[in-house]
Amino acid sequence: MSWFKKPNSGPKKGDGDRRNIPEGLWIKCDKCDAILFKEDLDRGFRVCSKCGFHFKIGHQKYLSILLDEGSFEERETELRTTDPLQFKEKQNYPDHIKNYQKRSGLTEAVITGKGAIDGRLVSVAIHDPSFIAGSMGSVVGEKIARAIRRSIELRCPLIIISTAGGARMQEGILSLMQMAKTAIWLTRLSEAKLPYISLLTNPTMAGVMASYASLGDFTLAEPGAMIGFTGPRVIEQTIRATLPEGFQTAEFFYERGFVDQVIPRPELKETISRILSYFPDQSMSPESAEEGV
Amino acid sequence: MSGLILDFEKPIYELERQIDEMRNFAVTENIGALNEEIQRLEKKLARLRENIYADLTRWQRVQIARHPDRPHTLDYIAGMMTDFVELHGDRAFGDDKAMVAGMAKLDGMPVMVIGHQKGSDTKENLMRNFGMAGPEGYRKALRIVKLAEKFEMPVLAFIDTPGAYPGAGAEERGQADAIARVIYEMGRLTVPIIVTVIGEGGSGGALGIGVGDRVLMMENAWYTTITPEACSTILWKDQEKAAARKTDCAEALRLTAADLLELGVIDGIVEEPLGGAHHDFSAANQALKTAISESFAEITSTPIDTLILERIDKFSNMGVYDVVPADPV
Repeated sequence: MSWFKKPNSGPKKGDGDRRNIPEGLWIKCDKCDAILFKEDLDRGFRVCSKCGFHFKIGHQKYLSILLDEGSFEERETELRTTDPLQFKEKQNYPDHIKNYQKRSGLTEAVITGKGAIDGRLVSVAIHDPSFIAGSMGSVVGEKIARAIRRSIELRCPLIIISTAGGARMQEGILSLMQMAKTAIWLTRLSEAKLPYISLLTNPTMAGVMASYASLGDFTLAEPGAMIGFTGPRVIEQTIRATLPEGFQTAEFFYERGFVDQVIPRPELKETISRILSYFPDQSMSPESAEEGV
Repeated sequence: MSGLILDFEKPIYELERQIDEMRNFAVTENIGALNEEIQRLEKKLARLRENIYADLTRWQRVQIARHPDRPHTLDYIAGMMTDFVELHGDRAFGDDKAMVAGMAKLDGMPVMVIGHQKGSDTKENLMRNFGMAGPEGYRKALRIVKLAEKFEMPVLAFIDTPGAYPGAGAEERGQADAIARVIYEMGRLTVPIIVTVIGEGGSGGALGIGVGDRVLMMENAWYTTITPEACSTILWKDQEKAAARKTDCAEALRLTAADLLELGVIDGIVEEPLGGAHHDFSAANQALKTAISESFAEITSTPIDTLILERIDKFSNMGVYDVVPADPV
């Protein structure tokens, strides 16, 4: 048995980025190469104890970090992806979806619902990187739109945790239109004067970054997260040069004024809770659960 | 004019050349007997044109949308409007020549115009960055639509871009932020907006000025989330294979005006002259002007609050998914 398994040789199943799920007991930090005890990592925030590198995590982990225990109620589980374009190039889109559903145990790339943060009701949407890298198609757009609508209906704050390569090309123009759909619902949220906290995690790019992820009233980002519109390889091809170290990271955009705070995962709940304390309190009511909002 | 002949158009030009040669020969040699043959070939030419242009593949339409002689935003502004006053700059960093903006009059009615602008030759294309706008372009567009709102002038937006500029500087100055903010503000703008995709509708860079009450598309324009080439590269990785499969990707993406009408994303298709808008600009211009005027007529009596609610409904309804009763997963 090998003691040290390279992260990228791990199986493709599971919560979070496949590169971070080795079969071994130990895991090597992607950034500083420190050897970390996997169990410690999983029990904590999945942050390297040596250099602070943030490993990718899935929606379950974010729910447990952010929400009060047992408070989450998932919604929009009834929405299913179809194949509006009959996309068959290289791989049938329905097969592609089925593979990811099997692999990840999820129906789509974003999980939505409501829950409580220190007793305060919030509407949440969390991208999960284990489903086609969190990419956005019709279902993701619709779920985000409904999460926004839920905020308006319950008069509670909205929190979206983004991670996505962008819009999903297998749904063509319909994926692109999800940018418009979500942005237009955020205009309604503004009208209702309800706060929206956008958390950018690794990576948040392209169509997702150029719509709701950029439109937070409060924009937080995880340390080292890749953020941007165009991917670094395409930029390098365009400018025919190598990008400097740290280009397009959370810290890079913080320095340039696009991010309010770069927040390490262990401080996430406390920071968000402090922001929420500035807004009218809406406690989790049983009526709203009954109505299924 | 580049006069570029696309691959699939070559048989037309071959036949045209033949007819020309024959006609010259008939004149110089004074052979009246050739007239009959010339007439026969001209009929054949007309049929050939019909056949080739009647049933264009998606990739062929992409090529027409990119034709260097295709009319661009400024051509349509000059063609259908008067008194154009161009407005420059984003008031923050610079003036993006890939996005033009200004006031104009459409049949005497003041409107604000924004649109991507490609060049008509290499020199102009370098200045215009091939129609790929950066954050300054989108912030200029945002400034102009807010001006439109203030002065209660409707907005006309013309989409014609392969995509937003993928450069380091654009990224550093917040390309994603700039695009997101125009989409958002156009979503709640208190004046009517009519959008037309006149050529290329490449991804977020296109949608950046694409939210409106009516979205029209020229017959040979394309509009989707990624270029066929980039789609092919992502799927096939290998460069040669990707180049060979780009036409299939254009098919798979269903990116034409007819496709988008079927998918419920656009409101109307503006017919182009045979072979594309560059074959007869004045006909294309007139067709687009008529379509825009008709769109205005449809919404002009709608109160603005209602119009905005309809706009929200319109974009809320975009997307296709199934609803299952229970959650089996």
